[in-house]
Amino acid sequence: MKHLLSVDDLGPRAEIEKMLDLTESFVAVQRREIPKVPALRGKVVVSLFYEDSTRTRVSFETAAKRLSADAMVFTVSSSSVKKGESLLDTVQTIEAMGIDAIVMRHSASGAPHRVAEWTSASVINAGDGRHEHPTQALLDAFTLRRHRGPSLDGCRIAIVGDVKHSRVARSDVKMFQALGCELTLVGPPTLMPERLDGWPVTVSHDLDDVLPDVDVIYLLRIQRERIGEALFPSIREYADRWGLSAARVERCKPDMLVMHPGPMNRGIEIAGDVADSTRSLVTEQVTNGVAVRMAVLWTLLGSGGDFV
Amino acid sequence: MTEFLLTGGRVLDATGERAADVRVVDGAIAEVGPGLSASAGATVLDAEGCVVTPGLVDIQVHFREPGREESETIATGSRAAALGGCTAVVCMPNTEPPLDDAAVVQAVIARARREAHCAVLPAGCITKGRKGEELAPMGELYDLGVRIFTDDGDCVADAGVMRRAFEYASALPDAVIAQHAEDPALVRGGHMHEGAWSSRLGVPGRPAEAESSIVARDLQLAKRTGGRYHVLHMSCAASADLVRAAKAEGVRVTAECTPQHLVLTDESCAGYDPSFKMNPPLREQADVDGLRAALLDGTIDAIATDHAPHAPETKDVPFEEAPPGMLGVETALAVVLTTLVEPGILTLAQALAALSWNPARIGGFAEHGSPLTANRAANLCVIDPAHQWVVEGNRLASRSRNTPWEGWKLTGKVRHTIYSGVPTVRDFDVQEIW
Repeated sequence: MKHLLSVDDLGPRAEIEKMLDLTESFVAVQRREIPKVPALRGKVVVSLFYEDSTRTRVSFETAAKRLSADAMVFTVSSSSVKKGESLLDTVQTIEAMGIDAIVMRHSASGAPHRVAEWTSASVINAGDGRHEHPTQALLDAFTLRRHRGPSLDGCRIAIVGDVKHSRVARSDVKMFQALGCELTLVGPPTLMPERLDGWPVTVSHDLDDVLPDVDVIYLLRIQRERIGEALFPSIREYADRWGLSAARVERCKPDMLVMHPGPMNRGIEIAGDVADSTRSLVTEQVTNGVAVRMAVLWTLLGSGGDFV
Repeated sequence: MTEFLLTGGRVLDATGERAADVRVVDGAIAEVGPGLSASAGATVLDAEGCVVTPGLVDIQVHFREPGREESETIATGSRAAALGGCTAVVCMPNTEPPLDDAAVVQAVIARARREAHCAVLPAGCITKGRKGEELAPMGELYDLGVRIFTDDGDCVADAGVMRRAFEYASALPDAVIAQHAEDPALVRGGHMHEGAWSSRLGVPGRPAEAESSIVARDLQLAKRTGGRYHVLHMSCAASADLVRAAKAEGVRVTAECTPQHLVLTDESCAGYDPSFKMNPPLREQADVDGLRAALLDGTIDAIATDHAPHAPETKDVPFEEAPPGMLGVETALAVVLTTLVEPGILTLAQALAALSWNPARIGGFAEHGSPLTANRAANLCVIDPAHQWVVEGNRLASRSRNTPWEGWKLTGKVRHTIYSGVPTVRDFDVQEIW
């Protein structure tokens, strides 16, 4: 694997599971007194974020530093990009400095695919438009596996909310399907992708209908600006019909788990007390993000063998 | 006296096919028949194994002049057109400034007369500034020779404005209202066909109904007003069905589609390569099939390319940030020959009707596309149907290189093009005529 642009790049189930196993060893590294290994000493990892995302960026930078790589930040908002430099020129400029990986976030779907054509460095997609966010899917799978694993075969997951605009959903659908889960997409018809040919999912517009059967409810962040696009009438109506309230959780299986990629809109797609309940894996998802990204960086940039 | 003799070819025009040589004297066809001998001083152009036809006519190209000369000019675009076998093109009015004013149109016509390798007739805007609000001075533009009116690049979305355009233009004989049919409310923010691929790729879509709903509306307005309507770059099967039904009712409508819409689908966008981005977008196989059927049964009259050059720096960006448009004028004939004629989907005569005599009629080109007979203007194209070549964007005559056919092996190429009696292309090479 040269680049990680999509969950597809991870390969078949066995390869994904290897990556999740590798992540376990990096969790172990993180528990050490000095949570750092020399695995990527001398390697340079640049983060190039065209959208603000402190969480994902810091997670990648922490991962790179714990592998002893040099983590650089190319700050888009205060750089030549502001002066009109094109993405291609920016990438060529960064490349000329001698780098090994570009961790990239961009508002346009497929932007990292273009960059991968322009650079000899490895490109890691940290979120492109509505398309994919593969390390999020890895950390989601890793987190869930720790609770329901090692096998996720037959695990029933409802992904609830704005699937149409969600890169997390697109990556998670591929990831969870590869791991043998059964997926239901839930939300208003206006927030579902227009065509689902080839998606291994069922679709429901009624959250209450789905609640009793699922093992995991994965909530997506809802964005207010969708109201202006006539996609749903109001936050109130959305929360009422598709928000996960404490009352709804009552009707779920006793061991049903709640996930969310963050940042959460408490009181909209997820009630505050649900977010803080023992069912919620939200904080754990964030914690595991670093180990997952260490595993990805090591796989792409490491020399093979032990990383110790 | 300047004489050219095209020898050894087969002549194919709207009247049929026959083995014949063609003698061109001082810009006009002097003689067509077998076994002609060259006069002293005549230049012989070998057409052995070739098809000699009326020059091709592309009624939808963007030569970007004035305003975007870094991507194309009348000089470079018309050289590409000549290499593609064209002797006449209609250039679209979405220039900067747009062709909504007699002075600008005059300037384009004057420049074409000095620099072009083929006849270049501008289309005029329907509305001032292409804003879709007030009518452009259609009468003044008509007097300069403009016959096709369009706000191409943008749809005339307001039904009231469209109605008035039809009514006003009906006072101008042979003027046609040509629509870029995409309802802006349905395509806003979209970058590719809305379907399985856009859903998978996470790229905002442009639904086919954005086109067919406008076509349906416009056909009703054309019917009511008696106006003449032309559908530019028709892209979906539903629009073809509407035009077919309207033609049966006697509505004055014509339609064109592009080689790319006849061959490629939205799956081409899977790699996020902006070379495959255009408006209206590449659609699904069912649409490709529907367009081919419509071309075969005469619902679609013409193949036009929507030749839309964009400078490399504007296309070397993420898919969603790239402007829509593809090169086409230099490759259209070869793509049609390779993908439609060679597999037996179209006959050569059907292909040439769509590439030459039908569009000449729509565009109002009296001196192009007509059968090869004595005293006609010599606007000719000599096709070597067996010549194989590989498309390389860098080697095309256009100033840009955004071809969707990069790396395609094509069979069939224009060997000679004669524009107004002058070879603009000779033995596959463009000639310096100015």
